[in-house]
Parts: sequence; structure tokens; C-alpha cells
Amino acid sequence: MIGFATRRLLQAVIVMLVVALLAFTMFRFVGDPINQMVGIETSIEEREALRERLGLNDPIAVQFYRFITKAARFDFGTSYQFRQPVSELFAKRIPATLELSLTSALFALIVGIPMGIYAGLNRESPISKLFLSVSLVGISLPTFFIGILLIFLFSVTLQWLPSFGRGETVQIGSWWTTGFLTVSGLKALILPSITLGLYQMTLIMRLIRAEMLEVIRTDYIKFARARGLPDRLVHFRHALKNTLVPVITITGLQLGAIIAFATITETVFQWPGMGLMFLQAVQNVDIPIMSAYLLLTAFLFVAINFIVDMLYFFIDPRLRVGRP
Amino acid sequence: MKTKSIVAAAALLTAGAGSAVQAETLKFAFQGTLNNLDPYTLNETFTLSSLGNVYEGLTRRGSDLAIEPALAERWEIVEPNRWRFYLRKDVKFHNGNDFTAEDVAFSVERVQSEGSDLTTRVPADAKVEIVDDHTVDFVLSGPNPILHYEWDTFYIMDKEWTVENDAVKVTSASDSTANFAALNANGTGPFKVASHEAGVKTVYEKNDGWWDTPTHNLDTVEFTPISSDATRVAALLSGELDMVYPIPVQDIKRINDNAGTVALTGPELHTIFLGMDQMRDELLYSDVKGKNPFKDAKVRKAFYQAIDIEGIKKKVMRDLSTPSAIMISPFLFSKAGAFERYPYDPEAAKALLAEAGYADGFTVGMDCPNDRYVNDEAICQAVAAMLARIGVKVDLNAQPKAKYFAKVLASGNFDTSFYLLGWTPGSLDSWNVLSNLMNCRDEAGTGSPFNLGGFCDEKIDSLTKEILVEVDPEKRDGLIENAYQISHDNAYYIPLHQQGLAWGVADNVELVQRADNQFKFRFVTKN
Repeated sequence: MIGFATRRLLQAVIVMLVVALLAFTMFRFVGDPINQMVGIETSIEEREALRERLGLNDPIAVQFYRFITKAARFDFGTSYQFRQPVSELFAKRIPATLELSLTSALFALIVGIPMGIYAGLNRESPISKLFLSVSLVGISLPTFFIGILLIFLFSVTLQWLPSFGRGETVQIGSWWTTGFLTVSGLKALILPSITLGLYQMTLIMRLIRAEMLEVIRTDYIKFARARGLPDRLVHFRHALKNTLVPVITITGLQLGAIIAFATITETVFQWPGMGLMFLQAVQNVDIPIMSAYLLLTAFLFVAINFIVDMLYFFIDPRLRVGRP
Repeated sequence: MKTKSIVAAAALLTAGAGSAVQAETLKFAFQGTLNNLDPYTLNETFTLSSLGNVYEGLTRRGSDLAIEPALAERWEIVEPNRWRFYLRKDVKFHNGNDFTAEDVAFSVERVQSEGSDLTTRVPADAKVEIVDDHTVDFVLSGPNPILHYEWDTFYIMDKEWTVENDAVKVTSASDSTANFAALNANGTGPFKVASHEAGVKTVYEKNDGWWDTPTHNLDTVEFTPISSDATRVAALLSGELDMVYPIPVQDIKRINDNAGTVALTGPELHTIFLGMDQMRDELLYSDVKGKNPFKDAKVRKAFYQAIDIEGIKKKVMRDLSTPSAIMISPFLFSKAGAFERYPYDPEAAKALLAEAGYADGFTVGMDCPNDRYVNDEAICQAVAAMLARIGVKVDLNAQPKAKYFAKVLASGNFDTSFYLLGWTPGSLDSWNVLSNLMNCRDEAGTGSPFNLGGFCDEKIDSLTKEILVEVDPEKRDGLIENAYQISHDNAYYIPLHQQGLAWGVADNVELVQRADNQFKFRFVTKN
């Protein structure tokens, strides 16, 4: 067990280092940050002095070493645009992203699971076929397009829901703002959560349907039926329970994906989270924010993978056998 | 903190119910963000435009951009090198402090200090002498007729407040912490900053103690940055916002067709032009070896005459541009009418090319930004297609501004052969255009740093020096005309057009669209 964990941990560290190196070198090619930081009339001498002070003239290796040693202490430097520590900026934006991600994950589960069960149990019914074709749309349309479509339908035409922002937020403690406690905050959550969660919802629905179809055919369900158990009990107690194992795994992994890839949805809805900040940083060549975001995202995936691996170890007894 | 704000909100509610006065809130969005409240940190239009609602300069500009008295009631030139400014009395900063000559002297010192991005606002050789509490002298080393031209955006800060809050040092681009002045504001202007979260939202509220009589009727202004064009337009169409800018030219019709919104269009000061490398002996990106075709005025004129500017105006800019024959907006130069573009004539252009020895044309690389000016990449594509008609093959390299500027500016060693650029003189005066774009430069960029093509004309250089110190307006404009004429005759640049402004506004809002693209709340009324 300890050996297994150490090996996985070591792998995780290597992955993080590689990502850091990639992020760091890649963003050197985005463009020159200096021109985004000063006005057009700033003299060449001042620009050069600024470059020197920011350490942009140092060799890449020196810059990378500085970056990585600081990052190890959770110091991601200072944002070029805001002149504030990146870690502070992220801390301010994390609540918005987490609330959006959580809501869209809940949406995906609450809508996706029943749809999947229904489609699995009644595979020939027209409603199931409708679900399947609708879900195909959800998978094939790009996120920003779905977002704009929803905005034009529900904000511009019907004027039911806001097209941008978080609405009113309430401050909880010194570090968390929430939109869950106000009407406008809840309204503002609807469209972006649907946009962000649609893909996951489709995925979960199709997964459950496929698993259901599989499980229904197994012997123990046939036996349960033969014993004369009522359908409801067979479907939910025996069949559903066994389909959920892969669903939980996928959901866990997808939650990471939702948080990490909320960038597009956040930009379309001007949702003041980390993703929006990342895209603004790309436009302004704010390298500290970009690298920190990429590292954070990588960390999220690595951490989730590690936890999932560990969970398998506990859930699946076969992994434990024959391992040192 | 929480309970306090609830009590305050409750008090506000009862007050509102009692007096039945409707609080007018203006909600608007812009594509970019307001990152910093320190008025000397970033010389950029939107930042200065926003802060101009909170801070004020000694002078300001009206809706037609004419210079008006602001914190200075009047001024005079007592000696050729000595300007005297009489300051307005009974002006208070938002925190209640008095505005005095001390504040002006302090602001001048601060704006010139290291780390300030607005050092050009006051000439480096200028000295400030305090005559009395409400009189200030600016002593210069030579005559300078445009001393106060850029003061519309040189905002006066409160010395006491800045010192007290340890914000004397300007938050510079390389600082790792934002000081107090970067996160808070204390001006004399018509609005105060009520709350500010960079990149998310900034709320302004009316300053009841403003010295001037308000012509606006706003109590609160809420600003949200919205970077996505489609979302910004949708938020206006749905009625969530009262004003958004800029709007894409292709959405103008949609906004006009929608009940309750209208697109406000007008000319902007930004001049878009083409430049050519006239310095290197061989172009970096061309199949012509051993010589530089752009050193020949015939080739430059051929390029000029190959461009169908009306076509660009109609097809690319959807009529939202004003073709231009000089490198400055006609609003900013009295003799602009004297200039006319070389006519669009592909045949004449071909003949000119043949005369210069390029009957079969040649290939040249072109650099172009794709997210900086209105339809910049589309303009370059159109230019490339037009040049193809006279046999010139253009290899277009269009890229985001962050990469584009890194390549073509001094920091990239002027790595370009043919490029598109835009320019607005910060002082709204021609001297700025001449000294930044038209004087000689060396390889490091000393001289005119933005003369990317590096052409060098001694006559323009000497005229520029004369213009700087010429005090007689009529004579001065004559000298400027001469300089532009030389540039025109030699086709050193190919001016294209002034791009247009396009703002989206709700029907019940009246505002002034200034040609410098600054949005001033004091010109807004909401019904």
C-alpha cells in the first residue's frame, strides 16, 4: 500500500514538473508583455528598464528556476496587469468558479441520471430516442455556441435571465463570496451552469444507459426477476446500484474537467472566475497568471487521479492481492 | 461589517421612500478592464477616461475636445518661458481636503517621477513655482505653446492624502504590490469610486461637493468589463445595460433595429496607416535582393495609388471610416483641408512600378495586428488583394497585438518590411505625430521611436524643432502644413483612414461621444 502510494506520488511530482516546464516555456512565445503594461508613448529606455527589472532578460533556465522555486512555496509572482500577487487574485476568483462548477455538476447529475435510467429501461420508447438525439446535439455543439444561443433565447428574446455576471453576491467570512443566497445570484447561475454542464449531462446519461442495458442482461437480475421481486426493487436496488460505480469515477474526473475548462463558459457569460481571468491574461500576456493557472489545473487533475487510484485500492480487492 | 451594510441599506430605503427621489443608475460595459486606480500608472485611453470622472486636471476638454478651464480658472503667459495658472478656490477633494497650489506642485513631481507612465504630460525641464496658495507658475527652458495640451488627462492628486497613505511612489509596471492609490481614489471630480474590483466591477457614485454645476442626472454608475463582443451586445439588447462600447460594426444594424437601443457612431481620432521599411538596404521579407524598393518614392506612390480606399470604406469598414490624406485627424489640424489623397488608379500605379524597374512586381511580407484596430486584419487582406492587381504579391502575417508589437517595435528591432499601424497623438496636436512617427531614428529607435520604417528627412526634423517653440498659432500651423506636405509628396506613409467609433446606447440615455473615445459621465442624462 505504502509502496503503491509512493510510486503514484512520485509520478505526480514528475507530471507537475513537466507541466510547469511546458507552461513556462510555452508562454514565452505568446508575445511581449511589456507593450501591454505601458502606454504607447512610453520611451524605449523605460521599456528596456522595465524588462530588466522584471527579469525578462535573464536566460530562460534562470527564469524557470526562479519560477519553480517560488511556485513550490505557493508564490506565483505578481500579475503584470493588476500588480497584485497572483495567489491573492486567484483566491478572490476561486469561489465564483467553484460555485459555477458545482452547480453545473449537480445539474449534469440530477438531469443526466434519471434520463439515463429511463433510456436504459425503456430503450425502444420514443422519449428515449428523443433523449438520445438531443444529447447528440449537446455533445456536438461547441460550448460558446450553446452559451450564445441560450443568451439570445433567454436573455434577449424572453428577458428571463441575465446574460452576464454573477448577480448580487454575499460575502461570507473574509474570503468567500457566494451567489447562492440572493435571487439575482441564483438566476445568474442558471444559463452558465447549463452551458457548462450540458456535455457532462450527456456523458452521464449515455453512460448510465449503456451500463443499465448491460446489467439488465446479467444473471443476477434475471434471478431477481425470477424470484418475483417487484420491478422497482430490481431496477433501483440491484441494477442501478451496480451501474453507479463507473459513473462515480467518471463524475469525479469530470468535475476536474469542469473546473479546469470553465474558461470558455466564463468568458461567454463574463463570469468573474479563474477561467475568465486566465483568458484575459492570455490577451494581455500576463505570464504569471497564465503559468499559475496551468499549474493549478494540472495539480487538480493530478490530485484527483491520485485520489481515484487510492480509492480503487480500497474498493477493488484484486489490486491488493499480489502487490508488495 | 455585514450588519453595518444592512443598516445602511435600510436607512437608504427609508430615505428613498420618504423623499420619493428616483436614484438614476447608469450601467455600462467596455471590452477591457480597469486595472488600476493610480492615475499615473498607465497611459491608456480607457484607464484615463475612467479616472477622468473621479480626478480632474488643471484643464479639461469639452464635448468638442476644446480646452476648457477646470481646476485652473484661467492662465496666462507672463513671460515667454513662464506660464501662470490661477487655481480655482473652494475646491475640495472627495475626502474633504482643500485643493491648493501644494497639490499641483506635488502632482507635477509625482507624474515626472520614476515609474510614472505619464512623464510626457509635463516637459522634463519644467519647474513649478508656488506663487501663493492659489497661483502656480510653470517655468520652462524655452517657449512651448502646447504646454497644457495634454493636461486633460494629467490628474491632480491630493498631497496630504497621498503622503498619509504612503502612496507617493507611483505603482509602476514592475511593482509587486499595488499601493493605496492603486486601489483607492481621492479626486476632485464629479464622481467618487464607491467600490472597485479590478476585472470584475467598479461602482461610482455622485460627488455632491463638486465645484461645477452637474449637467448629468446620475447618482450611481456601474461599470462591468465584458470581453466577449456577443455577450456585450446581448446585454444591451436585453436591457440589462444602458450603454456598451465598442460594438462590432456588423452589429450596428441589429442594435438599431432593436426597440429601445440605438447605435451611436462617429469619427474617431485614430489614424490608420501603412508604413514601409525605407532604412535597410535590403528588405527582410522580399524576393528583391540587394536593394530596397521602398527607398524609391515611385514604388511608395504606386502602392498608394493601388489602394482603393473607398472600397475599404464600403466593404471592410461598412462606412464607419473617414478616408484620410494626412497622418492626423482633420479635427486636430486647421489646414487639413489642403490635403487630398493620391487618386486610386491601378494603371498609374503599374506604370510607376515599371518606371522604378519592377514591371513584373515583387513579393513583400506584411505585418498586421488582428486584435488592435477596427477590422485590422480585414483591411490588410483587402490591401493585399489590391496590390495583387498591380503585380505585387503580399505575404500577410497577421497576429495578435501582443506578438505583433513585439515584432515591429524597437524591442523587436523593427522586424518588418511593410506594416499597418494606428496613431492618435496623446496631446491631440501635430507635434506629437511628427516627433513620434516622422523624424529620423537610429537602429535602437532613438529619435522617432515609432517611425518603424525608419525614413529620414532632415527638413521634417528641422521643422519639428521649429514647431515645438513657435508660439504664433497661424505661423505654427503653416510649419506643420509644410511638414505634412513633405511627407505627402514623398509618400513616406500611406494614410488610410480615421476609424469610426461605435457605441451602443439605450434609448432613454443621452450622452456625448467624444472623438477621443473617452466616456465622461458628466455628459450623461438618463430619463
